[in-house]
Amino acid sequence: MTLNPMITLKIDGVQISVPEGTTILKAAKDNGILIPTLCDLEGLTPYGGCRLCLVEVTGSPKLFPACITPASPGMEVTTNSDRLKDYRRTAVQMLMAERVHICAVCVANDHCELQALANQLGVDHVALERNFTREQIDSSHDFLVIDRNRCILCTRCIRICDQIEGVHTLDLKLRSKNTEVIMDLDESWGNSCSCTSCRKCAKVCPVGAIYIEGEPITQTKNRDVAEFITARRNRK
Amino acid sequence: MATSDNRRIRLEKVLKEHNYQESALLEILHSAQEIYGYLDRNLLMDIAGSLNLPPSHVYGVTTFYSFFKMRKPGEHIVTACLGTACYVKGVEQIIAAIEKEFNLKRGGSTADGKLSLLFTRCIGACAMAPAIIIDDQVIGKATKEIVISKIKNTLGGIKDETV
Repeated sequence: MTLNPMITLKIDGVQISVPEGTTILKAAKDNGILIPTLCDLEGLTPYGGCRLCLVEVTGSPKLFPACITPASPGMEVTTNSDRLKDYRRTAVQMLMAERVHICAVCVANDHCELQALANQLGVDHVALERNFTREQIDSSHDFLVIDRNRCILCTRCIRICDQIEGVHTLDLKLRSKNTEVIMDLDESWGNSCSCTSCRKCAKVCPVGAIYIEGEPITQTKNRDVAEFITARRNRK
Repeated sequence: MATSDNRRIRLEKVLKEHNYQESALLEILHSAQEIYGYLDRNLLMDIAGSLNLPPSHVYGVTTFYSFFKMRKPGEHIVTACLGTACYVKGVEQIIAAIEKEFNLKRGGSTADGKLSLLFTRCIGACAMAPAIIIDDQVIGKATKEIVISKIKNTLGGIKDETV
């Protein structure tokens, strides 16, 4: 592995040195500054879908998604201003209003990244009008279950299925409000011919949308699995 | 597709022209729809296999674009423009009138498969709003009466070239 030259930037007033090409999110994380995100996962390609990692860069009125914006020399990044907190609170509420997120009856209660983020940001109610349609729950697979009512469309499951497992059973169909995770040609999961039942989708799901029937959620979730496998593969 | 005429051969020719490149998926779906009229599951599976693409990806792309039809459309197709200008000018009432007159649901076909009612977003004829397309003919400044009589003519096989 060739090392890129180091560059220096400032994140929240702290001087940081990272190899060129590192994203702002990674640069911050490596230096102990946590920027909230729901779709980004180390080991998978960045997606830039959840918009929770938006940060301010001095000199630009625009907000930048930290997970897909490379750090550049001399950049001054703010990750936690009042304006950003406000945006993030709205984004979380929008995610919640879009599907059915009732923590008390959710399999991922207490192990949910959306719930944790809502707590962290102080979102105690959804001020937006609920706007969801009833989605299908598919439990036709031997042990994997998908409850699309809880899906936040982060595409982690799709990316890990494609990039790590390599079968690309999962994908998205339609668009806007009707977007849904599908298996093969919108098959039921039990009938999917390409699924290898590897469980990685359930491991990385940030919420309780994909889970394993009868297994405690603490045992299923392993959100570092992509990073772990990628690191092993790159060892040589 | 048992009576499989030369449609598969035509599709194969298109696939060859694009050298089975996965990046040509959109062009191939376009051609496939032109050849078959619509894209059913077997066809999508066939294309996915030929391009060595995951079926879920092909399905995702197909459903993303409203241009692609996955159900067999009727013999004649009425397309209503749902763009802002047409909407404001009352295209909804015309759609409702068509539904009532020909007994079909929006997005669907009549029981005899003669007529389909589909939608599109802005055909770029806002100055002529509301716009309705019957087969390939655009009807500008449409009213219920004009549209229904034109559809009846089309169904009756009367060619009407005046706009």
